[in-house]
Amino acid sequence: MIHINQIRKSYQMGSLSLEVLKGIDLNIEEGELVSIMGPSGSGKSTLLNILGILDQYQEGEYHLAGTLMKSLSERKAAYYRNHYLGFVFQSFHLLEFKNALENVALPLYYQKVSRRKRNRKARELLERVGLGDRAEHMPNELSGGQKQRVAIARALISDPKVILADEPTGALDSQTSDQVMDLFKEVNASGKTVVIVTHEAEVAEKTSRTIHLRDGVVQNDTHNAGVAS
Amino acid sequence: MIFNLDHWLEIWQTVRKNKLRTALTMFSIAWGIFMLILLLAAGRGLENGVRYQFRDDAANSIWITPRITGEPFRGLKAGRSVNLTIEDYEMVRDTIPGVEHITARFNLRGNFLVRNGLQFSRFPIRSVHPGHKYLEKTEMRRGRFLNERDIDERRKVAVIGNRVVDTLFKQTDPIGQWIDINGIQYKVVGVFTDVGGVGEQRMIYIPITTGQAAYGGANRIHRLMFTMGDADLEESKRIEQNVRNLLAERHVYSPDDPRAIRLFNHVENYQRFLQLFQGIALFIWIVGIGTIIAGIVGVGNIMLISVKERTKEIGLRKAIGAPPSDIIGLFLLESMTLTVLAGYIGLVAGIGTVELVQHVLGTMGNPPEFFRDPHVDVHAAAGAALILVLAGVVAGLIPARRAAAIDPIVALRDE
Repeated sequence: MIHINQIRKSYQMGSLSLEVLKGIDLNIEEGELVSIMGPSGSGKSTLLNILGILDQYQEGEYHLAGTLMKSLSERKAAYYRNHYLGFVFQSFHLLEFKNALENVALPLYYQKVSRRKRNRKARELLERVGLGDRAEHMPNELSGGQKQRVAIARALISDPKVILADEPTGALDSQTSDQVMDLFKEVNASGKTVVIVTHEAEVAEKTSRTIHLRDGVVQNDTHNAGVAS
Repeated sequence: MIFNLDHWLEIWQTVRKNKLRTALTMFSIAWGIFMLILLLAAGRGLENGVRYQFRDDAANSIWITPRITGEPFRGLKAGRSVNLTIEDYEMVRDTIPGVEHITARFNLRGNFLVRNGLQFSRFPIRSVHPGHKYLEKTEMRRGRFLNERDIDERRKVAVIGNRVVDTLFKQTDPIGQWIDINGIQYKVVGVFTDVGGVGEQRMIYIPITTGQAAYGGANRIHRLMFTMGDADLEESKRIEQNVRNLLAERHVYSPDDPRAIRLFNHVENYQRFLQLFQGIALFIWIVGIGTIIAGIVGVGNIMLISVKERTKEIGLRKAIGAPPSDIIGLFLLESMTLTVLAGYIGLVAGIGTVELVQHVLGTMGNPPEFFRDPHVDVHAAAGAALILVLAGVVAGLIPARRAAAIDPIVALRDE
């Protein structure tokens, strides 16, 4: 599903060139539940941005679902993000002036799906994440865990190939974190590929495979025994 | 885009979030358009006022009154009277190209006792040529104006104003009746009215030859007037110069002597007024557009703030797949909605105010002379509407492009 081949990425800081990714190789197959770990500065955020087609890279190749993602126009990048990817963020990023249902439905708006159709699908997904009775609530009427579940429903609505989560439990207490991780496992069990960037070992333990980054290279790639994928 | 309900909902939601700010910005646009409409209408009112002042007399005419020479010329002393005669009238009529309707006037001084049976009153008399009708814009109500045979045969006929009819004839038909002017019987051949007011409507016209014969004028005339068709200013100046030269030649005075005759070129005056109003109109548009620009800057400003406040939202939208064109469209549509809506309110308020002023002027018994019928014509309103849409685009363009340039990575970064 995700094939990364010798990706290099550097930032120009004045006359200095700071290399963040120094030739990363990574293959994630369809249906995997993968966590990416690493200390700050290891390049994991940059890698996630590249995986999310939010950032460019200078060398190497990134194939997502068999399509090369390189030097895309803004328009193309937006198209692939919309159709291939679902994002989940640490601070949820729900639109405050839209209710839960409208937030979930938003990605389909950019696919020109009719209002009725996308609201119906959004309601189904809210049911699935256990928030069927909260559809008309505004984000400020929801708890952190509920917000994240709305965000996961939003990530799922366009039926993407990969879910990318950036520290999805970072703003949640441990009990809620567990619930959110259970939801991710459930999503994964339904066949979706899920990639979670985290610095929490407890989160990584719940994934079937953990990739450790250090100084812009893959340091470690371990399959966790006992976690089915 | 425009027919997309979701976009309108988005705009409504952001507008509702910032009610006061939006209202104030819209007010500045509405006010700009309101003032532009009012200024344009006021300019038109002034222009109509001046046109009204000119309505009585033909605006394409030259009026000449003989006076006294001010400079010695060819051995003749200054201070000689210039005496115009019927021959001058004939020479101007026959030799100056561009002269259209022409008349001379022989003045009969003072008001004359005019009698019809037992009814009598005093009225002013003018003895003129048939062409006079075109110079005073005399409108015939019944019968006819003077004609060439009246002149040639020195007929004792009179054309009387409708005020004269009111006084002397009451209900009876004056055409064919005889009236007594200062002891001489004249047959009434026509009744006229004149937009020039009561004074003109009390006038009695008789053939100039009759007037000269009856009141000892020989062939002298007191005034020479003619129209020049649709001659422009340049053409009228050329005709004017030809007439000046002709008269100077015939009466032996310097063509440059400013005091020998008094010549009044209405075309020149009229043109000068029209130019003045063109200038005023230009000034009004500049001021009005300046006011609107202030409004545009206001809208652009609030849109910029809006973009800044919504950075995270825009970043999120881009991350989940909004193409840049969609983001640009969202902000352009918002700014256009604000400006067009506000501008429309200003337009309606402005036109409403102008209508009200018109109504008040209409009910006034004695409307001001120099301000008449202020109104906004369709072209000005359409122009204002076009300016509004353009203003909306201009105001939204910079903020929209800034929004589209937002980097989702930066926007969504957790603090």
